[in-house]
Amino acid sequence: MQADMKFDVIVVGGGHAGCEAASAAARMGATTALITHKIETIGEMSCNPAIGGLGKGHLVREIDALDGLMGRVSDKSGIQFRMLNRSKGPAVWGPRAQIDRKLYRKAMQAEILHHENLSVVEDGVEDLSVSGEKVSGVIGESGTEYTASAVVITTGTFLKGIIHRGAERIPAGRVGEKPAIGLAERLYALELPMGRLKTGTPARLNGETIDWDPLEKQPADDDPIPFSYLTDRIEVPQVSCGITFTNPETHEIIAENIEQSAVYSGAIAGRGPRYCPSIEDKIHRFADKTRHQIFLEPEGLDDPTVYPNGISTSLPRDVQDAFIRKIEGLENVEILEYGYAIEYDYVDPRALDSGLQVKALPGLFLAGQINGTTGYEEAGAQGLVAGLNAVRYGRGDDNALFDRAEAYIGVLIDDLVTRGVTEPYRMFTSRAEYRLSLRSDNADQRLTQRGIDLGLVGKTRAEMFHVKHAALKSGRDLMQSVQMTPNEAQKLGWKVNQDGQRRSAWEYLAYPSIDMAAIESAFPEIAALDGMVKTQLEIEAMYAGYIERQKDDVEALRREEALALPSDLDYAAVGGLTNEVRAKLELIRPATLGQAGRIEGITPGALTALLAYVRRRPERKTSAHA
Amino acid sequence: MRRDTICALASGHPPAAISVIRVSGPETTSIIAERLSVSQLKPRHATLVELRSESGDQIDSGLAVFMLGPASYTGEDTLEISLHGGRMITELALQSIMSAGARLAEPGEFTRRAFEAGKLDLTRAEAVADLIDAESEAQLDQALKQMDGALETLYSGWREDLTETLALLEASIDFPDEEDAPERVDAPVRQKLENLKSALQQALADGNVTERIRDGFRIAILGKPNAGKSTLLNQLAKREAAIVTDIPGTTRDVVEVRLTMGGYLVWVSDTAGLRETHDVVEAEGVRRALKAGDEADLRIWLHDAREPFRSDRVRPGDLVVSNKSDLVDPKSVSRETLAISAKAGDGIDEVEAEIVARISSLTKNVTAPIITRARHRQGIERALAHLETASQNLDNGIGAELVSEDVRLASRDLGTLTGHVDPESVLGAVFSSFCIGK
Ligand SMILES: Cc1cc2nc3c(=O)[nH]c(=O)nc-3n(C[C@H](O)[C@H](O)[C@H](O)COP(=O)(O)OP(=O)(O)OC[C@H]3O[C@@H](n4cnc5c(N)ncnc54)[C@H](O)[C@@H]3O)c2cc1C
Ligand SMILES: Nc1nc2c(ncn2[C@@H]2O[C@H](COP(=O)(O)OP(=O)(O)O)[C@@H](O)[C@H]2O)c(=O)[nH]1
Ligand SMILES: [Mg+2]
Repeated sequence: MQADMKFDVIVVGGGHAGCEAASAAARMGATTALITHKIETIGEMSCNPAIGGLGKGHLVREIDALDGLMGRVSDKSGIQFRMLNRSKGPAVWGPRAQIDRKLYRKAMQAEILHHENLSVVEDGVEDLSVSGEKVSGVIGESGTEYTASAVVITTGTFLKGIIHRGAERIPAGRVGEKPAIGLAERLYALELPMGRLKTGTPARLNGETIDWDPLEKQPADDDPIPFSYLTDRIEVPQVSCGITFTNPETHEIIAENIEQSAVYSGAIAGRGPRYCPSIEDKIHRFADKTRHQIFLEPEGLDDPTVYPNGISTSLPRDVQDAFIRKIEGLENVEILEYGYAIEYDYVDPRALDSGLQVKALPGLFLAGQINGTTGYEEAGAQGLVAGLNAVRYGRGDDNALFDRAEAYIGVLIDDLVTRGVTEPYRMFTSRAEYRLSLRSDNADQRLTQRGIDLGLVGKTRAEMFHVKHAALKSGRDLMQSVQMTPNEAQKLGWKVNQDGQRRSAWEYLAYPSIDMAAIESAFPEIAALDGMVKTQLEIEAMYAGYIERQKDDVEALRREEALALPSDLDYAAVGGLTNEVRAKLELIRPATLGQAGRIEGITPGALTALLAYVRRRPERKTSAHA
Repeated sequence: MRRDTICALASGHPPAAISVIRVSGPETTSIIAERLSVSQLKPRHATLVELRSESGDQIDSGLAVFMLGPASYTGEDTLEISLHGGRMITELALQSIMSAGARLAEPGEFTRRAFEAGKLDLTRAEAVADLIDAESEAQLDQALKQMDGALETLYSGWREDLTETLALLEASIDFPDEEDAPERVDAPVRQKLENLKSALQQALADGNVTERIRDGFRIAILGKPNAGKSTLLNQLAKREAAIVTDIPGTTRDVVEVRLTMGGYLVWVSDTAGLRETHDVVEAEGVRRALKAGDEADLRIWLHDAREPFRSDRVRPGDLVVSNKSDLVDPKSVSRETLAISAKAGDGIDEVEAEIVARISSLTKNVTAPIITRARHRQGIERALAHLETASQNLDNGIGAELVSEDVRLASRDLGTLTGHVDPESVLGAVFSSFCIGK
């Protein structure tokens, strides 16, 4: 075997999970290989070229705070930046950008191909090498053996992927790519629990044949806000999207032909996402609606392709032709590629531990769509966690975890490994109990120090972080040191309790009726603070009361997380558990009592039994090394 | 370590017609094999068996029923055996079963196991305890309804309403670009919050009554010294519960008697006579009397019929009774007030009837139990406080994420009464009511 085919970590697949996994491992100093079919498809956006949104934008900021790639690459390729939910509070602002696919690929490839500690290999992976009970590497189509102590698989929808369009069936991962049979068989042989999911994509249109004039436009924000804490400002030119609607005529054509849709003809068994239904689903389920909105999203600055967001479909080509041309602006449109649905197998993520390692095969990590998620951001976040823990596994360290009170990444991983999925999983802010603290504005303050401690964060970012952190701290200190009596405050027209109690600028800022501008005019020394500092402190003050109240909850969460359940716990002996509950606990083997409580269908009674049992267990196993 | 097997006498104390002994846990089948005249029992069939002692002597014969876990009350293998209800037999039977591997259950342990096995939610588990403790018919009726899940149904209904409210808020937060998901949800959210708040307020108001059915209604007898309060109490209690003398100021502390009246459990308190006093002990008695009055569900003002009654402490709904009717000309007594002679026992039935009528009118609007424990009241009060904050924030135009936070906390507080809150159910509600997916 060639000496240079030995690595610490091997990542299979150059999609969004794979890039973050490879980069994370390499940043930690591990000798890493990224093995993927084609170098030119690294960073390919298989579907809608957009990054971010609610919950997803939060994930991108967190990946960035840990020095991952997705945020920076998006900043170099975003062609329509928008901050969603500006009318609501900053906790639920969602940064989103429409992306130029080519620019994204280019920027991602530039990062990956020139990454310290990272080798990129063009090969298809056919099989895993297993020695003893552990993974020891992979075998390529080329016959090459690559060895490593940990392997991260991020191959997307390649497990029994089948494309459906009307009566057409094409076995594939994505259009034009072949599924990897050998690797798939190896995974099936492990007998991991699996499920089947589906998702779909709309036709791609030639923008030059769209009649844009009558259509409403949705422009980019005037002040595009970057994803990355490292990006000063967005330099890519910004464009608008168009908005059009389906109409009764479109609906009629679809309704008449619904039997030909792969989904409705019964050809597809997998569950699709409720939040991303096909147009035939929308018309079927919400029959009383006379129109549905469609965003016409350009796929690039010098690319005429337009992605019509909102009409994903698996109807046959002729029906797609017919119904699309009934839509305003699309009467004469040229269709570049037809929409389709794809069905694929995924590994039930409850077979993984919180580091995304397969419990049944040490050394094997899974990340991305293969775990039942959908979306680039969800894939990227998992990639980062898997890359990080693959390195730690190789070094003999425990999993590094982010908890639900710390990061959306923590919510994502915990949801996956604890609750599994029943539809392609995507992030929403409503999944995060501590959403008021898990904001997109403070991802760096929450996570970058952790990233530095874990060895994930490079020097540039670490230095920037320390400067910002210090500036925020001195701003906060200043605001807490300058004070005013309620009497003086009243003279400024502020409505505050006249209790004679002197309050700091920080306390006054917490009043909903007093904003930073008012504070600045009252305390000139605060006006002199940096703009970024002031904005950040204003947001902090706004949520301070709520976050203070959540402290008890967070402590309760962490207490329950601290109650470890032994991984060899004999649930049959716990007694009092129904068969159903016991089966779930045996499958998931929760690491902590907290995790057990979040398993679907676990009753408070079952938890009491579990707690009582663990407390009663006479002698704790003492570690031989202790 | 395996869970152990428990046994206990499940019926009332012997001697009785029969004694039912219950056994639950993993050793049940081996206990059957070792101690009964059959080697095994067909589940859910009554079989006539002999029960034997450790040395093999017959103790008694009776009907035995075996329930195979998890299809049993506790979720475990369970045996119920009915024996003749003698003291000796019961004692020997329990000894025999314990020598075969069971231990005596602690109070409530069967129900605790049922709860742990997820067979009962918390409110139902509480109801089992109430059912066993019930002394009055009203208590029994209420516990039975709670056992049927009346409370769970009610609380879950509120939680569903909260979930719908959250779905509106979350749809506006998580899907800002969706045409179908509303951008502003203030009006429907406000409507839902108002409805919920009044349901909770109503429940808290009615809740006093259901809690009282469970814990007993409080009745205080108040009045001047020597009005005959202690005499009346003794009449109601049908025993000499309080000391009666003709010395004013005899009663110093509050004397409480627990009674059932007309199917209700009541606590009647006799109190120190109300008057100005320099005696430190008596003054404390007066203070306690007033406190008992404040906390009572019904106040009875007793006065000597020979004096006109006047007190600025009387509130609407209080019952005024004039005593010592034997000492006055019947014609001089107004027909409006109830006239009795506590000493002679005249009119006591009427006082009782009036008390029962007042309680019945309190309970007449309550068809299902709402709040039967302080724990429920606290949960609902906390939830209500969060809903108030949510409404205020909504009115002040504060962000949906903060309104949502309080609604979520309210849902969690109600959730602690029965089970927990699940973000997935909120998303489910969002997707079923809005066409999401651009
Ligand atoms: C039809 C469709 C529609 C979608 N719509 C959307 C959408 O609208 N919005 C959204 O956010 N997400 C959408 N997604 C999901 C999104 O594309 C994925 O979730 C995300 O790309 C998953 O990232 P990944 O890294 O897990 O896999 P991928 O991005 O699929 O990357 C897999 C990589 O692995 C490589 N590979 C596979 N097998 C092997 C092998 N044996 N050896 C070597 N290399 C291999 C592939 O070449 C590829 O580079 C859609 C997906 C599909 C398929
Ligand atoms: N004649 C008569 N005497 C009564 C009656 N009720 C109470 N008394 C007497 O009044 C005195 C005070 O009674 P008591 O019950 O101690 O009064 P209290 O101070 O209000 O508790 C005692 O001597 C009783 O016997 C009544 O109905 N008729
Ligand atoms: Mg007295």
